[in-house]
Amino acid sequence: MTDLASLTIAEARDGLRSGAIGAVELTDACLAAAEGAAALNAVTARTPDLARAQAAAAAARLKAGDAPDLCGIPLGIKDLFCVDGVPAQAASRILEGFRPPYESTVTARLWDAGATCIGKLNMDEFAMGSSNETSVYGPAISPWRAAGDAALTPGGSSGGSAAAVAADLCLGATGTDTGGSIRQPAAFTGIVGVKPTYGRVSRWGIVAFASSLDQAGPMTKSVRDAAIMLKAMAGHDPKDSTSAPHAVPDFEAALTGDLRGRKIGIPREYRVDGMPAEIEALWQRGAEMLKAAGAEIVDISLPHTRYALPAYYVIAPAEASSNLARYDGVRYGRRAKIGPNEGITALYERTRAEGFGPEVRRRIMIGTYVLSAGYYDAYYLRAQKVRTLIKRDFEQAFDAGVDAILTPATPSAAFGIGAMANADPVEMYLNDVFTVTVNLAGLPGAAVPAGLSAQGLPLGLQVIGRPWGEAEMLDVAFAIEQASGFAAKPAKWW
Amino acid sequence: MSIDKDTARRVAHLARIEVAEADLDHLAGELSAILGFMEELRAVDIDGVEPMTSVTPMRLPWREDVVTDGGDAARVLANAPAARDGFFTVPKVVE
Repeated sequence: MTDLASLTIAEARDGLRSGAIGAVELTDACLAAAEGAAALNAVTARTPDLARAQAAAAAARLKAGDAPDLCGIPLGIKDLFCVDGVPAQAASRILEGFRPPYESTVTARLWDAGATCIGKLNMDEFAMGSSNETSVYGPAISPWRAAGDAALTPGGSSGGSAAAVAADLCLGATGTDTGGSIRQPAAFTGIVGVKPTYGRVSRWGIVAFASSLDQAGPMTKSVRDAAIMLKAMAGHDPKDSTSAPHAVPDFEAALTGDLRGRKIGIPREYRVDGMPAEIEALWQRGAEMLKAAGAEIVDISLPHTRYALPAYYVIAPAEASSNLARYDGVRYGRRAKIGPNEGITALYERTRAEGFGPEVRRRIMIGTYVLSAGYYDAYYLRAQKVRTLIKRDFEQAFDAGVDAILTPATPSAAFGIGAMANADPVEMYLNDVFTVTVNLAGLPGAAVPAGLSAQGLPLGLQVIGRPWGEAEMLDVAFAIEQASGFAAKPAKWW
Repeated sequence: MSIDKDTARRVAHLARIEVAEADLDHLAGELSAILGFMEELRAVDIDGVEPMTSVTPMRLPWREDVVTDGGDAARVLANAPAARDGFFTVPKVVE
């Protein structure tokens, strides 16, 4: 085996257990790949010492026969997660120099399972963006290229995670998804991304964006790998009061690809104006693949779909304006300089003006406005009522016997870095059109690669599951993966 | 609903984000465009609909009111931009 970093988690697990490969050499291969990929700007802090110490411990566990699935598996961690002693900036200037003195629940679980940490990964500032261009570190670059050599976005906000997995810098990565931030970058880079049911994965130790929408999940090279990694990340955590006290199923054992007796809904409202023909065709092919796997395909209606984006862009900024109030230059991060005659208010206002980028400032102010006296009922309360209706649409579909829902993951393939520079902020928000409904309703969603665009770029489909139905959802994604036989990889240029 | 310059100034202050006077018109325009996008919500019939307050139907758990963590002032203060004698330091708050 020449290129260890290109293995899937499942392949590496089996190789590590049989002794065909060593934990230390596997982690070293990923560290070398990450070091050689500066042009992708995917890694914001490399952690070779931590990774090697973890790899040595994993090697000892493997030798002793005590090897969970992730033992010795090198992972990348989105910069939103706190890893004890390692810089965590949420890709923002305002958290410059911050080193958390604690470990997020998700990363603690991954390290307990024997995984190794190759570094922190790039993202949009505070996870607000769809192209990784709002990052204080500069944008992560997709390993994929279309005709010509223009740099493409890996998507966002988990753009560094997507680029790192697609470019074989690590075997899997953590992401977070508030409106599509795992699924859109996964679709743009030809990998699998899973946003679990709200409450499945602990949010403790992850920098908060919009607390009622945020969920962490795996970004991997295959559906099986996502199942393996999700099992390790998930589970009840008393430190997160919204974490559900449910047992975690063996997601990998549920992968059969046999969909006989399952009913898959195709929501007519997702056929949006101006949808490119190749997205429409991909969606059609996806439905045919599921039918061939034994599923019954039914047309369904989710009538409030068109209101999801405007509701999301009231609710998410409202929650963000509250969550980001903590960044004031007093307890951590960057503090602005003020004049001798200025006071605490100037300290707050200048720290936040200098520390937050333009998109984050915009969203905090929108959120502040929709929560302010006189506008709360017209915007925030109304959006929360619309959210109830959006959730009810899904409940009615599931009550009518639908097991999972199939949609496109994104309205297009990846676009160029800078292509949206002169666009209205709202145009960038349209990237989330197929994914935000899932966050508003608290459902699980998975993006799975299903084909290539005319330009040779990956296109993904989205499978939406019932609440707590990740196992069945992943099985549907597995059937698509098997039928599409997607195996394209970006040619190495970096 | 469109946001004028005075409202933009007030929102920026409520959010504790300094915005130069010369930038307020541009900010008002940006915020108005985003709010315009949200106007579509007015078309929804929300009569008798309860606002969503919990994503999944579960009650927030209770626990014993006891200390579970803490006593770590030095590690907490290690990230402070300015600290002295075990406290965060800030400019004078009370005149």
